[in-house]
Amino acid sequence: MNTVVDLDQVSRTFPGTPPVEALKPTNLTIHTGQYIAIVGPSGSGKSTMLHLLGLLDSPTSGTYYLDDIDTSTLSEKERAGVRSSRIGFVFQSFHLLQHRTTVENVMLAEVYRPGSSSGRETRAIEALEQVGLGHRLDVSPATLSGGERQRVAIARALVSKPSLLLADEPTGNLDTATGEQILALFDQLHQDGLTLAVITHDDEVSARAQRRVRIRDGIVKAEDDNDGGLRPSGSRVVR
Amino acid sequence: MTIIPGPGLPFPEDNPDDSDTPNNAPSVIKAAPEPPDKLPRSGLSVRDLFNEMTLALTARPARTILTAMGTVLGVAALVATLGLAKTAGNQIVTRFDELAATKVTVEPNQSFRQAPGGATSAIPWDAGDRLERLNGVRAAGTKSDVDVSGQLARSVPVIDPLGQTEFQVPVIAVSPGLFQSARSTLYTGRFFDEGHDERADPVAILGPAAAERLNVSRVDNNPAIFIGDQSFAVIGILATTQREPALLNSIVIPNGLARERYSLEVPSEVLIDVEIGATEQIRIQSATALSPNQPEALRSTASAPPSRVRGDVQNDLNALFLVLGAVSLLVGTIGIANVTLVSVLERTGEIGLRRALGATRRHIAVQFLSESVALGAFAGLVGTSLGILCVVIVSANEQWTPVLDPWLPFAAPVLGAITGLLAGTYPAWKAASTEPIAALRGLR
Repeated sequence: MNTVVDLDQVSRTFPGTPPVEALKPTNLTIHTGQYIAIVGPSGSGKSTMLHLLGLLDSPTSGTYYLDDIDTSTLSEKERAGVRSSRIGFVFQSFHLLQHRTTVENVMLAEVYRPGSSSGRETRAIEALEQVGLGHRLDVSPATLSGGERQRVAIARALVSKPSLLLADEPTGNLDTATGEQILALFDQLHQDGLTLAVITHDDEVSARAQRRVRIRDGIVKAEDDNDGGLRPSGSRVVR
Repeated sequence: MTIIPGPGLPFPEDNPDDSDTPNNAPSVIKAAPEPPDKLPRSGLSVRDLFNEMTLALTARPARTILTAMGTVLGVAALVATLGLAKTAGNQIVTRFDELAATKVTVEPNQSFRQAPGGATSAIPWDAGDRLERLNGVRAAGTKSDVDVSGQLARSVPVIDPLGQTEFQVPVIAVSPGLFQSARSTLYTGRFFDEGHDERADPVAILGPAAAERLNVSRVDNNPAIFIGDQSFAVIGILATTQREPALLNSIVIPNGLARERYSLEVPSEVLIDVEIGATEQIRIQSATALSPNQPEALRSTASAPPSRVRGDVQNDLNALFLVLGAVSLLVGTIGIANVTLVSVLERTGEIGLRRALGATRRHIAVQFLSESVALGAFAGLVGTSLGILCVVIVSANEQWTPVLDPWLPFAAPVLGAITGLLAGTYPAWKAASTEPIAALRGLR
């Protein structure tokens, strides 16, 4: 079985008096093609988990393997490169640039990837077609509805062919009906074989996922976990 | 449709979690080429950097232009000040330079005590010939005021009771070379030459003012003038002279004639026209050439070097406006820094997004710096153009020739870019140290 994410005794402590242990030592495996929801109230350690999974922060202890790459050994450029090519981010507030068209917004995903300039626009258009926005290529995000904006953001995450799609409260800014459309799109992507991790506090959102893990006070607990994604500590097989 | 996993990860053939994955994938997005066997590294090509910078600056054109305004004015003020000072200085210097920088005069040293029984002056009659043999001398001639004992000059030997026909006109004796060294031009007729000088021919050249008073306007009818009862044939009338303006109002006669008729003993002055840059050398050499035994008996003078004259003129003109230009440039720098800082705060979400999309801190810093440098360079370019335009308009108005240092149009946009660099450093650092997730969560 292939794993995309493998956290081995990963913890994160923020220095201070007293130091804050935002994430207690955690083991978590996400297999290829899984759709996992990470749920928890605010202040539970969700953001820390998002930082760590998204390679935007490094663990205080433990090792994070992404696609079997030991990310603790990477230089900043390599971490950014892995982030760019293996992780697609989707945010609550979309983060589209207002002064650029939808295609340009999607093309932004490849700006930090050397040698990607040829065919960049074609790939961006294909990604937009994949999320059903092939007819709104050259419009400003300001003219799009909330659901359409989030779909542009998903297209931007997909264009890099990620191993992992990390979504942070993806429906938080949308009404129920539009949120449902986005979740349906996630279901479709999951069926197509994409690995998804959705971080949310919303039970309706997490209910769509194959697996759920709950974070509370920095401790990760399995819920609806039928494949042993949470292992006893130290059980990782060294490859 | 199937998402192909990144390199290094085999496609899942037997994955229990993926039992619902369709086997016949309808379409596949081609991934951007990545070097195999190597981890992808984040990078930002110059072309993409330029593209991002242009898009960022043109996203809000009005703000960009207003931000640049302070630097535009600062650079324009500096360029206009330097250009106008150079232009004005050049007007003064070209008029003054050409004449002053090529003139050397030799006179007897008043403070030198003559040896008993020696000559009364060390200047020889053939001073012109001697000096013209020196390298760097274009022309040289002697000049002496002639004492005619108060005799009046007239052009006709008749007494007209109704009008004044006799005048007190100064008489000057010169060697033929003086006309060249004084850069005199003729209105009509000719100059006298060595022959007239040697033979002491009774000839005279009139300055234009003297010719008018004596009522002589042409020489083809061989007019004559009289000083006292001595007659002189007028062979030429001067038009202009660049040096020795006294010639314009005088009767000019050859040295030989002055020696014979008025007992002129020695020339009183030598005027030398030298090549540009040779004044100092000729000033030193001329005394020795004219009086090898007693060079200290003569005093040579040359005007101040032109560079010093130019420096004095420009320093006075420049100081105030340079200070003004520097102040407005400083204000412009603060303006760019301020607006860039505000835009960093506004674009926090964008910074977080870029970090998430694979930008390193360095990429973020470079992007913001490139924006402020480009803005500064653009402002410098516009400011330079305005400054030069200002110089041209003022010059046209004053009928001056606009003069600019050739480095100025190139240096000024660079100055603008440096302004942008200084202004952008702190905001770029601030942008680079933005925490990505906080940025992504906090702002839209």
